Amino acid sequence: MAKHITAPLTKEAAAQLRAGESVLLSGTVYTARDAAHKRFCELVAAGKPLPFPIEGSVIYYVGPSPARPGQPIGSAGPTTSYRMDAYAPTLLDLGELGMIGKGKRGPAVIEAMKRNGAVYFGAIGGAGALLSRCVKSAELVCYEDLGAEAVRRLVVQDLPLTVVIDSQGGNLYETGRAAYLAQRDCV
Amino acid sequence: MRELASEAITQAVARMCVQANTRLPEDVKSCIRQARRAEDGAVAQEILDRIIENFSIGGDTPICQDTGMACVFLEIGQEVHISGDLAQAVNEGVRLGYTEGYLRKSVVRDPLDRVNTGDNTPAMLYIDLVPGDQVKITVAPKGFGSENMSRIAMLKPSDGLAGVKRFILETVELAGPNPCPPIVVGVGVGGTFDKCALLAKRALLRDMGVPSDNPFYADLERELLEQINASGIGPQGFGGRTTALAVHIETLPTHIAGLPCAVNINCHVARHVTEVL
Repeated sequence: MAKHITAPLTKEAAAQLRAGESVLLSGTVYTARDAAHKRFCELVAAGKPLPFPIEGSVIYYVGPSPARPGQPIGSAGPTTSYRMDAYAPTLLDLGELGMIGKGKRGPAVIEAMKRNGAVYFGAIGGAGALLSRCVKSAELVCYEDLGAEAVRRLVVQDLPLTVVIDSQGGNLYETGRAAYLAQRDCV
Repeated sequence: MRELASEAITQAVARMCVQANTRLPEDVKSCIRQARRAEDGAVAQEILDRIIENFSIGGDTPICQDTGMACVFLEIGQEVHISGDLAQAVNEGVRLGYTEGYLRKSVVRDPLDRVNTGDNTPAMLYIDLVPGDQVKITVAPKGFGSENMSRIAMLKPSDGLAGVKRFILETVELAGPNPCPPIVVGVGVGGTFDKCALLAKRALLRDMGVPSDNPFYADLERELLEQINASGIGPQGFGGRTTALAVHIETLPTHIAGLPCAVNINCHVARHVTEVL
């Protein structure tokens, strides 16, 4: 049974999540990929404010396809997360508590997650049509010039995610594979 | 000599871009369903069910938001004369397909200044001259989550079959969860540095699960698929049997001093559509 959680996250809620758990996320998330992350970190370096409230925020690494008239968004699955590894620790240290993407994270990101009590969620890569149904509204926040990579505020309902790396460093990419191999080899 | 207006190519490319991104080919669907039946991991079964649900929606929303770079393969009969500018006709088709089909524009004009071209052009265009008076067009939009996990190695002849196997398995292992497994593994062996990479890309165009027509390489494909699916990476990297759906190997003669080997990885949204004009 999937656990229901809400974004923005609290440190208390994030601390309870464990790698391997299925969750349904509802609330507000912000979209950002490579180009937007680069700009965020330039703002931080210049001592300027970020274009969205970072405290407790959940960032979805997604560049959606364009919305058809009458729809909030197009296809909206995750992009590969390691490309944001250079920028993620800066945002985590400022209060970001959740990241949604797919694929491995580097040691510096995992350390920053543990330091700040943050969680990394996996959404199913390549299931963008299905995931788009959970997006109830999408609103441009900034960087329209980046097209698909612009920052958008999404209101999502029951977005199906898996906790991949938890705030204690538990990592489903390691434990899930080991558990499968153990199960297979004992049959 | 047969005359073909480049406008016909534009129209075909436009509709193929949309079709490829919204309808998964039957060979891919059937391979995924077969993998689901063979899957023995509980988490993995659930992921594969979601993947099947996603491609079964069948509306006009792209299957994946990364609608790719438009890789367009043309086999042009030597007895056809195409009026107009061919590359321009293909790019116009991509522009129309990606704009009118609400597909994502994922191309930047320069790899370092990174300004989006706004219409997903230019296409990556591959042209072969073949006998006959027809034009065969294949559109294969390629996402970069999987493209980024691809590798090439200039192995030594002494590395032999064992070296080729090691490089392919190592590439899949390094990719892990990143390219959205279950993946398709396109392999090129032989040729030159550039042709080897192209072989690997062309291997991805073969109907999924159709073995090489060379029995030696058909066996090797089967063996590698088994080994990859024994690794435990599984769908999305969460653990399971279905790490890859297929391994396709293409080869070319090569130089006495070389053994080039390229691995082009594709995700389960393995899009390809072909039309003959």
